[in-house]
Amino acid sequence: MGNENRIINILLKVHIALCLLFIFAPIAGSFVFSLNSDRFPSLPLGEFSTEWYRLIWEDPLVWQGFGNTLVVGLTVAVIATLLGFGGAYTDFRYNFTGKSFYVALALLPPTIPVVILGLAMLAFLSRVNLSGTTISVIIAHGVMCSPFAMAIIRLRLSQMDPDLEAASWNMGGNQWQTLRYVIIPFARPAIFAALFITMAVSFDEFAVAWFVSGLNETLPVKILGFLQGQVSPRINAIGSLPFLSSMTLIILAQLLLRSPEDKKS
Amino acid sequence: MTKRPTFFSLILSLPLLIWQLTFFLFPLLFLVAISFWTVRNFQMTPDLNFANWERILTRGVFWDAYFRTMVLATTAAVITSAIAFPASYAISFKMSEKAKRWMIFILIIPFFTSYLVRVYSLQVFLSDAGIVNAALGYLGLGPFTMLNNAFGILVGMVTLTLPLVILLQTFSLNFVNRDLIEAAHNLRCGRLRTVFAVIVPSAKVGLVIAALFAFILSFGDFVSPLYLGGGNPPTLSIMITDITKSGQQWPRAAVVAIMMIATLLTVAFAAITYAYKERGK
Repeated sequence: MGNENRIINILLKVHIALCLLFIFAPIAGSFVFSLNSDRFPSLPLGEFSTEWYRLIWEDPLVWQGFGNTLVVGLTVAVIATLLGFGGAYTDFRYNFTGKSFYVALALLPPTIPVVILGLAMLAFLSRVNLSGTTISVIIAHGVMCSPFAMAIIRLRLSQMDPDLEAASWNMGGNQWQTLRYVIIPFARPAIFAALFITMAVSFDEFAVAWFVSGLNETLPVKILGFLQGQVSPRINAIGSLPFLSSMTLIILAQLLLRSPEDKKS
Repeated sequence: MTKRPTFFSLILSLPLLIWQLTFFLFPLLFLVAISFWTVRNFQMTPDLNFANWERILTRGVFWDAYFRTMVLATTAAVITSAIAFPASYAISFKMSEKAKRWMIFILIIPFFTSYLVRVYSLQVFLSDAGIVNAALGYLGLGPFTMLNNAFGILVGMVTLTLPLVILLQTFSLNFVNRDLIEAAHNLRCGRLRTVFAVIVPSAKVGLVIAALFAFILSFGDFVSPLYLGGGNPPTLSIMITDITKSGQQWPRAAVVAIMMIATLLTVAFAAITYAYKERGK
């Protein structure tokens, strides 16, 4: 860039810092409050305490919710990533009549408000006697998460040289072998990313789960219940735990997936 | 490639199609169907009855909520886009590749935190004796009422959409041809003029789509209106949860939902048409 202006650059940096402060203040806040003894957090802070963590640790309902969340999240991650991979490869490799309908149908769910999805799923699943089961939450989350998996894997496939596949076929590999030895290894980082992202989306998705889950509540639905009933700092403690575990997973994934040229830096 | 589909291609492409048809498109169509059903003795019965539509669409309560939701979502989309643009511009044009990657990583973090927990935390920040008012108190300002009003709702919506909008804007700004900017500078085009005459038009599609996403998310959000806005007067999404929770009047909730989807489709279509429209035609 030709003409740089120090003052403008400094102002831009300050603006970014303010944006980040705005985005992260509530997140940091909930961490701090979760370790604060006051029942109604305010300034100045009370004493440091792990009371809220102890309370949720001893709450069997929280454990049950956590178990449900984990089962749903893991199942959804696998289903959504498989579906998304199929969709991404289809979009990458084939042309057919109605392809735009196929892609639109695959990618539309995130644009539909969760309240409406929740209502539609509740009405539909209760007709087929599935509402109120863990399966119904998995179905709903599968719909909501597969677009994310598809988008992530599709982006990675577009970085692939299309001749790689042709080369593999010329060497006598059939489609299955090409998939196994060329495409999946190339897309591996994106496949892992898709697994983590979809799991995280499922962990945080409470609205649809709340509509369809009935008694098998997931953890976010529990938080919704806490919010509607008594306001308690336990919410902060419950919210901080999945966040910490999600972040640990992502950072681990980042470290595991670093390409060799990054390792030098 | 117009060959007969192979077994291999069907195995890969069909699962997603079947899943989304069965569990996504069909439930939405079913929602349209039940909006014409009647409720008798807490049981929905198939019918072709316009009473639900009449009941909702002739109520002032519904239209108040409708316009209120529209105004809130539009305001949130405009504010978020305006706040995000300088940040996206700086990330895209003023940062090294490595710093860019870090920024993107940092901006993805909020997606892994519970929106509910963030909203609860915002209550503590915004309440009358909360953190923001305490800080303003040191400066001799306030206290301001920031909860249970439109301001609180907007803060929540901007917190929700800002990371996504910055990411989408940065992504589209990365595709702006750097030679164009060089050319603009060589032609003695000032900095601000370069931004508005070269960069914004080149990245128009991405910027509009980012704003559209902010609108869609805010329009359907029920957490901020409920916990930061106090839930009264209701937005459309709160209306749906209220009707659904209060018993078996699902057909009426379906009417509200269909009105919301129709609105979103109209807005999305208008925005995308506008984004791809060539200038001067």
